[in-house]
Amino acid sequence: MITLLSSRHRRTLGGYAFIAPWLLGFLLLTLGPMLASVALSFSSWTMLSPPSWVGLVNFERIIADDPLFLRSLWNTAYYVVLAVPLTVGLGLVLALLLNQPLKGMTAFRTIFFLPSVTNMVAVSVLWLWVFNPEFGLLNRALALVGVEGPLWLQSEAWAKPSLVLMSLWGVGGTMMVFLAALQGIPTELYEAADLDGAGSYRKFLHVTLPMISPALFFSVVIGIIGSFQVFTQAFVMTGTAQPGSEGGPNNATLFYVLYLYKKAFQEFKMGYASALAWILFFVVLAFTMIQTRLARRWVHYEGGDR
Amino acid sequence: MTHPTRSRPALQHLARTVILYGLLVAFSALFLVPVLWMISASLQDQQGVFASPYAWIPASPRWDNYATVTTIFPFWRYLANTLLITLSVTAATLLSCSLVAYGFARLRFPGRDVLFALCLSTMMLPGQVTMIPLYVMFARLGWVDTFLPLIVPALFGTPFYIFLLRQFFLTIPQEYDEAALLDGASHLRIYWSIVMPLARPALATVALFTFVGAWNDFFGPLVYINSPQNATLTLGLNMLKAQITGTGLVEWQVLMAGALLVMLPNVAVFLLSQKHFVKGLAVGGLRG
Repeated sequence: MITLLSSRHRRTLGGYAFIAPWLLGFLLLTLGPMLASVALSFSSWTMLSPPSWVGLVNFERIIADDPLFLRSLWNTAYYVVLAVPLTVGLGLVLALLLNQPLKGMTAFRTIFFLPSVTNMVAVSVLWLWVFNPEFGLLNRALALVGVEGPLWLQSEAWAKPSLVLMSLWGVGGTMMVFLAALQGIPTELYEAADLDGAGSYRKFLHVTLPMISPALFFSVVIGIIGSFQVFTQAFVMTGTAQPGSEGGPNNATLFYVLYLYKKAFQEFKMGYASALAWILFFVVLAFTMIQTRLARRWVHYEGGDR
Repeated sequence: MTHPTRSRPALQHLARTVILYGLLVAFSALFLVPVLWMISASLQDQQGVFASPYAWIPASPRWDNYATVTTIFPFWRYLANTLLITLSVTAATLLSCSLVAYGFARLRFPGRDVLFALCLSTMMLPGQVTMIPLYVMFARLGWVDTFLPLIVPALFGTPFYIFLLRQFFLTIPQEYDEAALLDGASHLRIYWSIVMPLARPALATVALFTFVGAWNDFFGPLVYINSPQNATLTLGLNMLKAQITGTGLVEWQVLMAGALLVMLPNVAVFLLSQKHFVKGLAVGGLRG
């Protein structure tokens, strides 16, 4: 029958045949689950009996009557506010250093980048030992200069800053994005600035920064989305053998996705957890939209508006 | 200024170089010292890890910590599980993403651009939104505690890699296709015999990213794998860690040896193929 089809229809069929894997995946693994998740967020369900429709009850309970929700939101906001600017700042500094015309840059680049591709569970285990209050690297080093270090992960006040510190070790990805952007700046721009008598500070402010602003924007947006979903390090580094012990001490590292995971896969409150997931979605979406709106003022795209 | 000015630029240049190298070395130390600390710990004996003052290079390095760690948890079994999952995911991703990317890059059909935009927009969707229904679905299929929930989704492509490959396919001249079509070749044939061989660098980038991503995956195995014999290396390492913080049954030097063994493969993969990595990141970064 295929011969009866015009060549245009055949081409259409061919096109859909090629993208079929993604299209099927979109329907079965994204759109379907999304709709199911919306329905679940308005239901009460522990997977034992059929789900029952409860309307807005999950959302009401989360917002009005769940101190752990507020705690996890606060913990996550704290982490995002510290980790994102520090990572972006350090990533930019390292990229600027690597962009200097010196020998041996490939080796330095490898050293800076390597931690960011290593296994997060193994990295967490390594830092667990670095942070050990008595025998860890940090407090041994601090003791050398006569400072008694904090309890790090075991202290309610220091647990989150510890994880932020550790996140800086994974700055490599951000750094590479900046490095690619820096290397894409045409040298003529700097030559023109030289002719105008601009010093290095002014060249940075008026040539480098505008030229890398798309990369800066990208890093901030991706950094915020990623930091809102921080999970593995908190799960591995704050839990003991006891399931449910993750997120301590005293919920200081109970991040949003960790809380969501516990609700869904330790307490099997699937409806409640789905509602939590949609709240996360809208919080992240709001941040991304605010960013995009603000970006019009400071992000400079080559060749005008895009 | 009355100073002789001839050597000043040269001196300034030298000072600048020294400062830059100083900064680079200082930062490198910050990145390397934790790793050295880990290697050092993995070679200590029971007393050495806790000793004060600490000997970075132990008098008699305990290489057998590495042998010990492979026996106190089923390391080889977990390695085999992880390799099976990682290689399947990589193969499935390469195949599905390249087919889809070919469709989006080389064929013209109604709805194509809308669908491509839709594909890109799903990258922004946090996984938590679909996680619970997916878990329920895989549980209904009886796939929980098998590798299937970790592998099968890769057959349906990953938006970011579809995007990456599509961008690369667009740079391959259309004339090749047209000539082949005139010769009566099908699109499937052009995809396989013309476009895929030319796209090897981009495919290598996608393969590397996928391999490292699947190797490092923790959340997927954590949610879907229950029985110890089906665990992956990341899951196994976490169980090993739970024993040290919970019961003290495992010793730190042995745990460090285990963590190093888990880190090693993708560090090696990365070091051997940096070029492809860097290229892929550059494309990824510029999409903003």
